[in-house]
Amino acid sequence: MPDRNFKVSIGPQHPALKEPECFNLILKGEKIAAMNVRLGYNHRGIEKACEERTYIQDLYLIERICGICSHSHSTCFAQTVEEIAGLEVPKRALYIRSLIAELERIHSHLLWLGVAGHEIGFDTLLMYTWRDREAVMDILALLTGNRVNYGINTIGGVRRDVTTDQIPQILAAIDTLEERTKYYVQVGTEEITLRERLSGVGVLSKEDAIHLGAVGPTARASSVNRDVRHDDPYAAYGELLFEVITDNHNDVYGRTLVRLGELMESYKLVRQILRALPVGPITVKAPRKIPAGEAIGRYEAPRGEDVHYVKSNGTEKPERVKVRAPTLANVQVVAHMLKDRFLADMPIVIAAIDPCFSCTDRTISITGGDKRSNMEWSQLRTYGIDWYRKQGLDFTELNKRFKIGNGLK
Amino acid sequence: MGEEDNIKQRIVEKFVYLNDKVRVQRERRMYAEVAYENFAEVFDYAVKNLGFVVLCTITGLDEGKAMGLIYHLSRENGIVLNLHTNVPMENPVIKTITPYFPAAEAYERELVDLLGAKVEGLAEGNRYPLPDDWPANEYPLRKSWKGKASQTKPASPDEPASRGVEVNKNA
Repeated sequence: MPDRNFKVSIGPQHPALKEPECFNLILKGEKIAAMNVRLGYNHRGIEKACEERTYIQDLYLIERICGICSHSHSTCFAQTVEEIAGLEVPKRALYIRSLIAELERIHSHLLWLGVAGHEIGFDTLLMYTWRDREAVMDILALLTGNRVNYGINTIGGVRRDVTTDQIPQILAAIDTLEERTKYYVQVGTEEITLRERLSGVGVLSKEDAIHLGAVGPTARASSVNRDVRHDDPYAAYGELLFEVITDNHNDVYGRTLVRLGELMESYKLVRQILRALPVGPITVKAPRKIPAGEAIGRYEAPRGEDVHYVKSNGTEKPERVKVRAPTLANVQVVAHMLKDRFLADMPIVIAAIDPCFSCTDRTISITGGDKRSNMEWSQLRTYGIDWYRKQGLDFTELNKRFKIGNGLK
Repeated sequence: MGEEDNIKQRIVEKFVYLNDKVRVQRERRMYAEVAYENFAEVFDYAVKNLGFVVLCTITGLDEGKAMGLIYHLSRENGIVLNLHTNVPMENPVIKTITPYFPAAEAYERELVDLLGAKVEGLAEGNRYPLPDDWPANEYPLRKSWKGKASQTKPASPDEPASRGVEVNKNA
């Protein structure tokens, strides 16, 4: 059947996926002829829930949009509310926010490097990077008390100060990580299997990256020189010196080099922040009721631009909170990257945008209804078969041929 | 605020009706109120002539009798123009902006699912972000929506256990 197309659904639940999402592929042999992405399985109604909670409750809820870039969301929300309230956040607090932001970028990029290694069958890289990542996780735990969902932000500043005895510990960890990252840069540039496997895969030209709205390292690896820290500075970034890392490989290899380069920049930034850390208070008092107004906040999360819009109505609860996480911008680019490419490239191409579907879908706590009842295993199975049948996938004939699924419809 | 004021002047010179409708809230943050009948030309001018080439996102708002829409556009240098417009809530029809920004597809689908906007010109495709079995005419981001999906049916082999949808009101 040389010219027959096959439809393959990967997800919502699939062993290769870390989060629920569904990729419906039309395959022509080994190549992807068309792709359709269904998202929303992680939609939790956070935007609606924010309207029913106070600003300070929202800050903690919003931090839980994502387990990896939690600080990105909480900072973005806090600075947006602070703009509406007209709060002058102390400089020390802004520096601490940037410090945690860079530590978060380090842990996220190291995590990504491991995932990328795993997706191409290079599990040694996964083991190495995740072992090293523990150094930055320990520092985050030291500074904030938590490995994830740091809870460092509050409206008007930060909740914990950096003490003088913590600084040498941070610097020591950064030295170790920098040394290790130099080794990964060497692996990235000299290790032939890595370079060959990632080059020419998931190609995205500069024009397409701009036209399709790619953000973060995905865009920067296609020579798009955009970084919110540089273009629209927030927290302490307006006073810090750093380079926006770009690359012109336009593929997964380029995305790897950009993230490695960004790791090296983050180490410099952490040292710079600790050297320049201003003295003074770490918070100003914020009112419970935020005056009516609106603001939009932007933040360069590890995966790209995070956008929060907040509208206030003069009460202690916001009128509207809108979140656009970077993956929603990048996931739409994936279908373009995979068109006419091999199915086997799919895991690494998807991984290369460093997707976070939790972030993307955000938003309704789905709880059990009053009349909830359990389905029997056989009912569940029948439901599954019917569901796939509606999607155009019918295995009845195949099952008969192989004599499986006897007794089931 | 030099550059922001220049942009403001260019907008006002081009569109006289926006005379007192453009404001600069702070450095790099501009807001404009545009009636929907004029929206297409202002949007086109901002994207093609004023350098607002990045679409940050689209926010939909329940403004009572109207559905508010804010198109957050950005320039390469970080200046953000928030174009606010609105359409009647009883018939919230807007035109797609996907010819300008293909990535707007997801943002427009959110407007459709969560607020009930009708987007003309939006290509056929999967809904986003609500589930396929979400009841019709239930738009969670409308203020009147209080968190109870209208029907809760018992599970049967033909139909999945439909889930009650509740927002914790005790918070």
